[in-house]
Amino acid sequence: MAVETLVFWIFAPISVASAILMVVQRNAVHAALFLIVNFFCIAVFYLLLDSPFLFVAQIVVYAGAIMVLFLFVIMLLGVDQQESLKERLVAQRPLAIIISAGVALEIFFAIRLADGLTKAPPKGFEAVNAGGNVKALAEVLFREYFLPFEVTSILLIIAAIASMVLTKRKFTNDKGGA
Amino acid sequence: MTPVGYFLVLSGILFSIGTVGVLVRRNALIMFMSIELQLNAVNLSLIAFSRQLGDLQGQVIAFFSMVVAAAEVVVGLAIIVAIFRRRRTADVDDADLLKW
Repeated sequence: MAVETLVFWIFAPISVASAILMVVQRNAVHAALFLIVNFFCIAVFYLLLDSPFLFVAQIVVYAGAIMVLFLFVIMLLGVDQQESLKERLVAQRPLAIIISAGVALEIFFAIRLADGLTKAPPKGFEAVNAGGNVKALAEVLFREYFLPFEVTSILLIIAAIASMVLTKRKFTNDKGGA
Repeated sequence: MTPVGYFLVLSGILFSIGTVGVLVRRNALIMFMSIELQLNAVNLSLIAFSRQLGDLQGQVIAFFSMVVAAAEVVVGLAIIVAIFRRRRTADVDDADLLKW
Protein backbone atom coordinates (compact mmCIF):
# COMPACT_ATOMS: atom_id res chain seq x y z
CA MET A 1 0.00 0.00 0.00
CA ALA A 2 1.36 3.36 -0.97
CA VAL A 3 2.26 5.82 1.75
CA GLU A 4 -0.22 8.39 0.44
CA THR A 5 -3.10 5.93 0.63
CA LEU A 6 -2.07 4.97 4.15
CA VAL A 7 -1.98 8.61 5.25
CA PHE A 8 -5.41 9.17 3.71
CA TRP A 9 -6.93 6.21 5.54
CA ILE A 10 -5.40 7.38 8.83
CA PHE A 11 -6.60 10.96 8.57
CA ALA A 12 -10.03 10.44 6.96
CA PRO A 13 -11.54 8.69 10.03
CA ILE A 14 -9.96 11.30 12.32
CA SER A 15 -11.49 14.14 10.32
CA VAL A 16 -14.97 12.56 10.24
CA ALA A 17 -14.83 11.67 13.95
CA SER A 18 -13.68 15.15 14.96
CA ALA A 19 -16.45 16.71 12.85
CA ILE A 20 -19.12 14.54 14.52
CA LEU A 21 -17.70 15.24 17.98
CA MET A 22 -17.69 18.96 17.17
CA VAL A 23 -21.41 18.87 16.39
CA VAL A 24 -22.45 16.86 19.46
CA GLN A 25 -20.23 18.70 21.94
CA ARG A 26 -22.13 20.57 24.67
CA ASN A 27 -19.23 22.83 25.62
CA ALA A 28 -18.39 25.42 22.96
CA VAL A 29 -14.67 25.42 23.80
CA HIS A 30 -14.45 21.65 23.25
CA ALA A 31 -16.30 22.05 19.97
CA ALA A 32 -13.79 24.67 18.84
CA LEU A 33 -10.86 22.38 19.75
CA PHE A 34 -12.37 19.50 17.76
CA LEU A 35 -12.86 21.86 14.83
CA ILE A 36 -9.14 22.71 14.99
CA VAL A 37 -8.33 18.98 14.77
CA ASN A 38 -10.60 18.78 11.73
CA PHE A 39 -8.89 21.75 10.05
CA PHE A 40 -5.48 20.14 10.56
CA CYS A 41 -6.74 16.91 8.97
CA ILE A 42 -8.03 18.86 5.97
CA ALA A 43 -4.65 20.59 5.73
CA VAL A 44 -3.01 17.15 5.53
CA PHE A 45 -5.39 16.25 2.67
CA TYR A 46 -4.27 19.40 0.82
CA LEU A 47 -0.69 18.15 1.16
CA LEU A 48 -1.74 14.77 -0.26
CA LEU A 49 -3.32 16.62 -3.18
CA ASP A 50 0.03 18.30 -4.01
CA SER A 51 -1.02 21.77 -2.82
CA PRO A 52 1.59 22.82 -0.25
CA PHE A 53 0.64 26.50 -0.48
CA LEU A 54 -2.96 25.85 0.54
CA PHE A 55 -1.70 23.47 3.24
CA VAL A 56 0.16 26.36 4.86
CA ALA A 57 -2.68 28.81 4.23
CA GLN A 58 -5.17 26.42 5.82
CA ILE A 59 -3.09 26.11 8.99
CA VAL A 60 -2.31 29.83 9.23
CA VAL A 61 -5.73 31.20 8.28
CA TYR A 62 -8.15 28.60 9.62
CA ALA A 63 -6.44 26.75 12.44
CA GLY A 64 -4.60 29.91 13.44
CA ALA A 65 -6.48 33.13 12.87
CA ILE A 66 -10.12 32.09 12.56
CA MET A 67 -10.13 29.63 15.45
CA VAL A 68 -8.33 32.07 17.75
CA LEU A 69 -11.06 34.58 16.93
CA PHE A 70 -13.71 31.96 17.72
CA LEU A 71 -12.10 31.13 21.06
CA PHE A 72 -11.85 34.82 21.93
CA VAL A 73 -15.57 35.29 21.31
CA ILE A 74 -16.46 32.11 23.25
CA MET A 75 -14.50 33.42 26.21
CA LEU A 76 -16.08 36.86 25.82
CA LEU A 77 -19.60 35.44 25.83
CA GLY A 78 -18.90 33.07 28.71
CA VAL A 79 -18.39 29.33 28.36
CA ASP A 80 -21.31 28.37 30.60
CA GLN A 81 -24.03 29.17 28.07
CA GLN A 82 -26.88 26.71 28.52
CA GLU A 83 -28.53 25.53 25.36
CA SER A 84 -32.28 24.94 25.59
CA LEU A 85 -33.28 21.47 24.49
CA LYS A 86 -36.86 22.48 23.82
CA GLU A 87 -37.82 22.00 20.17
CA ARG A 88 -39.55 24.95 18.63
CA LEU A 89 -40.38 23.05 15.44
CA VAL A 90 -41.90 19.58 15.53
CA ALA A 91 -39.33 16.80 14.98
CA GLN A 92 -36.70 19.19 13.68
CA ARG A 93 -33.73 17.21 14.99
CA PRO A 94 -34.59 13.73 13.64
CA LEU A 95 -35.69 15.22 10.34
CA ALA A 96 -32.44 17.22 10.05
CA ILE A 97 -30.34 14.11 10.64
CA ILE A 98 -32.35 11.96 8.20
CA ILE A 99 -32.28 14.57 5.46
CA SER A 100 -28.55 15.21 5.90
CA ALA A 101 -27.83 11.49 5.70
CA GLY A 102 -29.89 11.50 2.50
CA VAL A 103 -27.76 14.33 1.13
CA ALA A 104 -24.58 12.39 1.95
CA LEU A 105 -25.90 9.28 0.18
CA GLU A 106 -26.99 11.36 -2.80
CA ILE A 107 -23.52 12.88 -3.10
CA PHE A 108 -21.95 9.42 -2.85
CA PHE A 109 -24.14 7.95 -5.59
CA ALA A 110 -23.67 11.02 -7.79
CA ILE A 111 -19.90 10.59 -7.53
CA ARG A 112 -20.13 6.88 -8.25
CA LEU A 113 -22.44 7.49 -11.19
CA ALA A 114 -19.97 9.97 -12.66
CA ASP A 115 -17.21 7.34 -12.30
CA GLY A 116 -15.53 9.50 -9.67
CA LEU A 117 -14.12 6.43 -7.92
CA THR A 118 -11.96 5.75 -10.96
CA LYS A 119 -8.30 5.08 -10.37
CA ALA A 120 -7.36 7.09 -13.44
CA PRO A 121 -4.22 9.12 -12.74
CA PRO A 122 -4.55 12.91 -12.69
CA LYS A 123 -4.13 14.54 -16.07
CA GLY A 124 -1.13 16.82 -16.45
CA PHE A 125 -1.06 18.22 -12.94
CA GLU A 126 2.72 17.76 -12.73
CA ALA A 127 3.16 19.96 -15.78
CA VAL A 128 0.87 22.66 -14.39
CA ASN A 129 2.66 22.54 -11.06
CA ALA A 130 6.11 22.73 -12.64
CA GLY A 131 8.55 24.96 -10.80
CA GLY A 132 6.72 24.52 -7.52
CA ASN A 133 3.12 24.92 -6.44
CA VAL A 134 3.65 28.40 -4.98
CA LYS A 135 5.20 29.78 -8.17
CA ALA A 136 2.57 28.20 -10.41
CA LEU A 137 -0.26 29.43 -8.20
CA ALA A 138 1.22 32.94 -8.09
CA GLU A 139 1.32 33.06 -11.88
CA VAL A 140 -2.37 32.19 -12.16
CA LEU A 141 -3.32 34.48 -9.29
CA PHE A 142 -1.42 37.56 -10.41
CA ARG A 143 -2.16 37.25 -14.12
CA GLU A 144 -5.70 35.99 -14.63
CA TYR A 145 -7.11 36.82 -11.20
CA PHE A 146 -5.33 40.06 -10.41
CA LEU A 147 -8.45 42.23 -10.18
CA PRO A 148 -10.37 39.85 -7.89
CA PHE A 149 -7.24 39.59 -5.75
CA GLU A 150 -7.17 43.35 -5.29
CA VAL A 151 -10.92 43.46 -4.63
CA THR A 152 -10.47 40.99 -1.74
CA SER A 153 -8.22 43.54 -0.03
CA ILE A 154 -11.11 46.02 -0.13
CA LEU A 155 -13.38 43.27 1.23
CA LEU A 156 -11.03 42.63 4.15
CA ILE A 157 -10.83 46.33 5.01
CA ILE A 158 -14.62 46.59 4.91
CA ALA A 159 -14.90 43.54 7.19
CA ALA A 160 -12.41 45.00 9.68
CA ILE A 161 -14.22 48.34 9.80
CA ALA A 162 -17.62 46.63 10.02
CA SER A 163 -16.57 44.50 12.99
CA MET A 164 -15.22 47.55 14.79
CA VAL A 165 -18.45 49.47 14.18
CA LEU A 166 -20.66 46.54 15.23
CA THR A 167 -18.87 45.83 18.51
CA LYS A 168 -18.19 49.43 19.48
CA ARG A 169 -19.49 50.45 22.90
CA LYS A 170 -21.12 53.84 23.06
CA PHE A 171 -19.82 55.97 25.91
CA THR A 172 -22.63 58.48 26.03
CA ASN A 173 -24.41 59.93 29.04
CA ASP A 174 -27.95 59.83 27.69
CA LYS A 175 -29.46 56.43 28.43
CA GLY A 176 -31.98 56.26 25.60
CA GLY A 177 -29.78 57.51 22.78
CA ALA A 178 -28.91 55.01 20.09
CA MET B 1 -2.05 7.83 -5.72
CA THR B 2 -5.33 8.13 -3.82
CA PRO B 3 -8.28 8.26 -6.23
CA VAL B 4 -9.98 11.64 -6.41
CA GLY B 5 -13.34 10.05 -5.62
CA TYR B 6 -12.26 9.25 -2.06
CA PHE B 7 -11.63 12.90 -1.39
CA LEU B 8 -14.96 13.84 -2.95
CA VAL B 9 -16.88 11.31 -0.83
CA LEU B 10 -15.06 12.51 2.30
CA SER B 11 -15.90 16.09 1.40
CA GLY B 12 -19.58 15.14 0.97
CA ILE B 13 -19.62 13.42 4.37
CA LEU B 14 -18.03 16.44 6.09
CA PHE B 15 -20.49 18.77 4.35
CA SER B 16 -23.44 16.69 5.57
CA ILE B 17 -22.11 16.67 9.14
CA GLY B 18 -21.84 20.46 8.92
CA THR B 19 -25.43 20.62 7.67
CA VAL B 20 -26.60 18.56 10.66
CA GLY B 21 -24.73 20.94 12.94
CA VAL B 22 -26.39 24.02 11.46
CA LEU B 23 -29.87 22.47 11.62
CA VAL B 24 -29.66 20.79 15.02
CA ARG B 25 -27.65 23.11 17.25
CA ARG B 26 -29.17 26.24 18.79
CA ASN B 27 -25.94 27.85 20.02
CA ALA B 28 -25.06 30.54 17.47
CA LEU B 29 -21.31 29.95 17.86
CA ILE B 30 -21.52 26.21 17.18
CA MET B 31 -23.84 26.82 14.22
CA PHE B 32 -21.22 29.21 12.87
CA MET B 33 -18.45 26.63 13.37
CA SER B 34 -20.55 24.12 11.43
CA ILE B 35 -20.75 26.60 8.56
CA GLU B 36 -16.95 26.81 8.61
CA LEU B 37 -16.87 23.01 8.40
CA GLN B 38 -19.10 23.13 5.32
CA LEU B 39 -16.88 25.74 3.67
CA ASN B 40 -13.84 23.57 4.32
CA ALA B 41 -15.53 20.52 2.86
CA VAL B 42 -16.25 22.41 -0.35
CA ASN B 43 -12.65 23.69 -0.47
CA LEU B 44 -11.44 20.10 -0.21
CA SER B 45 -13.53 19.03 -3.20
CA LEU B 46 -12.34 22.06 -5.21
CA ILE B 47 -8.71 21.14 -4.61
CA ALA B 48 -9.34 17.47 -5.38
CA PHE B 49 -10.89 18.46 -8.72
CA SER B 50 -8.02 20.88 -9.32
CA ARG B 51 -5.49 18.07 -9.13
CA GLN B 52 -7.54 15.58 -11.10
CA LEU B 53 -8.19 17.97 -13.99
CA GLY B 54 -4.70 19.50 -13.98
CA ASP B 55 -5.97 23.05 -13.60
CA LEU B 56 -4.79 25.46 -10.91
CA GLN B 57 -7.94 27.59 -11.06
CA GLY B 58 -9.60 25.32 -8.49
CA GLN B 59 -6.85 26.15 -6.02
CA VAL B 60 -7.23 29.86 -6.76
CA ILE B 61 -10.97 29.62 -6.02
CA ALA B 62 -10.23 27.76 -2.77
CA PHE B 63 -7.79 30.53 -1.84
CA PHE B 64 -10.41 33.21 -2.49
CA SER B 65 -12.98 31.26 -0.53
CA MET B 66 -10.57 31.21 2.43
CA VAL B 67 -10.24 35.00 2.24
CA VAL B 68 -13.99 35.49 2.03
CA ALA B 69 -14.49 33.03 4.92
CA ALA B 70 -12.09 35.07 7.04
CA ALA B 71 -14.05 38.26 6.33
CA GLU B 72 -17.32 36.44 6.96
CA VAL B 73 -16.13 35.12 10.33
CA VAL B 74 -15.05 38.59 11.43
CA VAL B 75 -18.42 40.17 10.61
CA GLY B 76 -20.47 37.19 11.82
CA LEU B 77 -18.77 37.03 15.20
CA ALA B 78 -19.19 40.79 15.59
CA ILE B 79 -22.93 40.37 14.95
CA ILE B 80 -23.11 37.53 17.51
CA VAL B 81 -21.31 39.72 20.07
CA ALA B 82 -23.68 42.60 19.34
CA ILE B 83 -26.74 40.35 19.80
CA PHE B 84 -25.24 38.97 23.01
CA ARG B 85 -24.76 42.48 24.39
CA ARG B 86 -28.40 43.28 23.77
CA ARG B 87 -30.08 40.02 24.82
CA ARG B 88 -27.49 38.29 27.07
CA THR B 89 -27.84 35.06 25.10
CA ALA B 90 -26.18 33.28 22.20
CA ASP B 91 -29.18 31.03 21.61
CA VAL B 92 -30.71 31.58 18.18
CA ASP B 93 -34.20 30.62 19.40
CA ASP B 94 -34.25 33.68 21.63
CA ALA B 95 -33.85 36.05 18.68
CA ASP B 96 -37.43 35.56 17.50
CA LEU B 97 -38.71 39.12 17.22
CA LEU B 98 -39.66 38.64 13.56
CA LYS B 99 -41.38 35.30 14.18
CA TRP B 100 -45.04 35.33 13.27
